[in-house]
Amino acid sequence: MSSKEGTDLSRRRFLTATTSVVGAVGGAVALVPFISSMQPSARAQAAGAPVQVDISQLEPGGRLTVEWRGKPVWIVRRTKENLKDLDDLAAQLRDPDSEISDQQPTYAQNPIRARKENPEIAVLIGICTHLGCSPTYRPDIGPADLGADWKGGFFCPCHGSRFDLAGRVYSGVPAPTNLPVPPYAYLNATTLLIGDDKESA
Amino acid sequence: MSRMASLMTWVDDRFPLTKMWKEHLAEYYAPKNFNFWYFFGSLALLVLVMQILTGIFLTMHYKPDANLAFGSVEYIMRDVPWGWLIRYMHSTGASAFFIVVYLHMYRGLIYGSYKKPRELIWIFGVLIYLVLMAEAFMGYLLPWGQLSYWGAQVIVNLIAAVPYIGPDVAIWLRGDFVVSDATLNRFFAFHVIALPLVLLGLVVAHVIALHEVGSNNPDGVDIKKVKDENGIPKDGIPFHPYYSVKDIVGVVVFLMFFFLVVFFTPELGGWFLEGDNFIPADPLKTPEHIVPLWYFTPFYAILRAIPPLFGSQFPGVAAMGLSIVLFFFLPWLDRSPVKSVRYRGGLFKTALVIFVISFIVLGWLGTQPATPVLTNFARFFSVLYFAFFILMPFYTALDKTKPVPDRVTYK
Repeated sequence: MSSKEGTDLSRRRFLTATTSVVGAVGGAVALVPFISSMQPSARAQAAGAPVQVDISQLEPGGRLTVEWRGKPVWIVRRTKENLKDLDDLAAQLRDPDSEISDQQPTYAQNPIRARKENPEIAVLIGICTHLGCSPTYRPDIGPADLGADWKGGFFCPCHGSRFDLAGRVYSGVPAPTNLPVPPYAYLNATTLLIGDDKESA
Repeated sequence: MSRMASLMTWVDDRFPLTKMWKEHLAEYYAPKNFNFWYFFGSLALLVLVMQILTGIFLTMHYKPDANLAFGSVEYIMRDVPWGWLIRYMHSTGASAFFIVVYLHMYRGLIYGSYKKPRELIWIFGVLIYLVLMAEAFMGYLLPWGQLSYWGAQVIVNLIAAVPYIGPDVAIWLRGDFVVSDATLNRFFAFHVIALPLVLLGLVVAHVIALHEVGSNNPDGVDIKKVKDENGIPKDGIPFHPYYSVKDIVGVVVFLMFFFLVVFFTPELGGWFLEGDNFIPADPLKTPEHIVPLWYFTPFYAILRAIPPLFGSQFPGVAAMGLSIVLFFFLPWLDRSPVKSVRYRGGLFKTALVIFVISFIVLGWLGTQPATPVLTNFARFFSVLYFAFFILMPFYTALDKTKPVPDRVTYK
């Protein structure tokens, strides 16, 4: 495949192609440190440490907000009536039995979405599963703006998503899934550990 | 030879200065029938320069740190001599940029400036528009107010809605599990260095592509078809001095309106700067209404109009992306043999009017809380918005066009 001037064109093409391929691979590999540098730093990852919360002062119907991994975590002590209302809501909810399993640990995969030993305490990550706003706590029953059927829950002001007091999403709102339940455990009767549970620790 | 002329010769032997001056200004022949709509290209360039200059001076005092950012902006407003003016010029400039760019794009729509042979000019232009949106979004995080924070939270979560890779890409983009100091720091880097460089490169490409094929005009007539004995288009006039002088008039009028806002109503009733952004960012409390700035609201309304499907909000995000991406395909969606709206038939004119109304109504709906009634309105106008693009091959092909003259006209 030599041309008149004695240049081997196919050899030249082969060398150009292989050099380009090796160069492109080298270039792609050189991107790795730059792309990786944008991942959460060691400091940001360490900030994900579990937090301890004293819930002895939490009244029925009250809510505590604590920060874990930079996100608001709500701790709500629900009343007996609240828990009864949760059973009646199932038909209006998208996922009443928390079947989407990555939204909560297995011990919270039940209609009240709480550990058995303390059913009235709900622990929820207060970030709307739609686009990340923080919904407002609306424990009032049947307020004018949310309708007479409202049994208490969370309302997202950004796009109108509604959640009940177990963080379960209503059907027909923008949010696709229930509010996530973080891993949590009770260190004793009044101390809650958020971000870690005995099972996976 | 005078000393000046010999200096020019010395430079021209080493750098094509005179050649470039002639190619792009003194001997760039633009159609002689440019009208009002042709002010906005040069105005966009003016605003770009203004944003870069005011931006440089703002970075001398601003601190990209979650603990210091909000305070440093207040410091610029109160303690830095003339800092308030520089900051208000920058914040008003952002909105002015979009006003000018939307009018510039509308000019392209009515006179068919995207049609062959100007497809690449249009594509570079849409890319400029996309980078501008990213630039505005990232810049809005920097004051670290409540709406900065929660606006960024919502937009980054749009990316998290993409199936499979979305959540990881969102964490990578934020550099943290939520919008945080790391996010602010990198958005600052994108806003002041990365995106402006891309923007400048695209603007150069946009102008080079324009000067390669020549400007369109309100008649959509190719002026290069009729040339005089010197090969100069008979309907063309040199950009300098004719249009450089005309554009100065546009600049003066524009600056009058611009500084009217800067001096008397820099917040423009919440349209240019939102009230909630004068409250420092609080990651634990979302403001009552999160509304993006006006230039994003048409797309935000489309996003909210689409209900979640299959347990994911991705369809809404995809529709919003598509509503912008469709602009790229305009040159190939339009099958009309004529460029300018002046020679098009009723079908195109009707479609254009419906599109403009839909865009404005969606823009308004995007600023309102999503009540069921308004959501249905948003759905209706989203359908009209998409119909403008998707039905374009049909109505432009069926449309009854008028004959296009050989030479440009003054109407």
